Amino acid sequence: MTGDQRVLIIVPAWNEAGSIGDVVREITGELPGTDVLVVDDGSGDGTAEVAGEAGAIVTRLPFNLGVGGAMRLGYRYARDAGYDVAVQIDADGQHDPRYVPKLIDGLQDASLVIGARFAGEGDYQVRGPRRWSMTLLSLALSSLAHTRLTDTTSGFRACDRSLIELFASWYPVEYLGDTVETVVRVVRLGYKVSQVPVAMRQRFAGVPSKSPAKALIYLGRAFFALLLALCRR
Amino acid sequence: MRLTILTAVTALVVIVPILELLRRRQLREKYAVLWICVGLVVLLFGFFPTLVDSLVRFTGVVSGVSLGLFLGVVFLLLVCIHLSWESSRLEEKTRTLAEEIALIRTQLAEKEPAE
Repeated sequence: MTGDQRVLIIVPAWNEAGSIGDVVREITGELPGTDVLVVDDGSGDGTAEVAGEAGAIVTRLPFNLGVGGAMRLGYRYARDAGYDVAVQIDADGQHDPRYVPKLIDGLQDASLVIGARFAGEGDYQVRGPRRWSMTLLSLALSSLAHTRLTDTTSGFRACDRSLIELFASWYPVEYLGDTVETVVRVVRLGYKVSQVPVAMRQRFAGVPSKSPAKALIYLGRAFFALLLALCRR
Repeated sequence: MRLTILTAVTALVVIVPILELLRRRQLREKYAVLWICVGLVVLLFGFFPTLVDSLVRFTGVVSGVSLGLFLGVVFLLLVCIHLSWESSRLEEKTRTLAEEIALIRTQLAEKEPAE
């Protein structure tokens, strides 16, 4: 399926004991021959144990760092262990591992491949300010990357060895910075970014945030993250 | 004259704890230099209050009090910004350490034979 490339699936997890076991089993079931690394981001609910029992390699942060910190740790592991491809999958079961081979195929002519909602596949719906900010971010980053990106905040992405090395030494820790700023930086450094349409599913456990106030805050933070990313060197 | 005593005592109250902290190696030099400079400035004005008057005339500010408050606020603001910057750097360093520790523990666990 993936040729002779060594693929590492990185799953950042914070208090996801309810879903992580199923997520790991599904990944190993769908993608035999790939390794799964669960980065336990300082969970207090036994996420690490559940993931370990499900057969994942588990690395455990002593306290919560946020997705960015967990991801950089994941990429460091991938770099040190010599993996060729790293794929990032959320721990809540939203991302369907059956799309992973598609993402990896996309790496043949891009360094970063984003699994995107709103790109034709699936019926994932987001409304209100949250949707606007996602659209705006996508427009801004699409023009920057000279390619159509419809879902730049997606945490479902694959990258090749050169980006594993970049992300192992540099990965923004701020919320939204981890998705938006990485795309900006990667494009600026001259790497190619592309997207693959994917369908997102309902989460296995936990509830998505739906309040309008939170959506507005999200909009503000998204803008701030984008502005910062654009004026940073 | 009484005012001079008050301000001079204030200056000493600022400088003595800094020197003591430095002597006990509780304060890094980079911070100590800053606070010793502050103490020295206060000391200067404490012993020569008339310096304030000439400074006021020189800058065109109406009263010495407002000049003092203004400079004090600006200075404290800069110190706060500096501290935010320092704490951001420290957070970045703890983040890196946390990641390194997690990585090392995982690599160690992989080297050990499975039970």
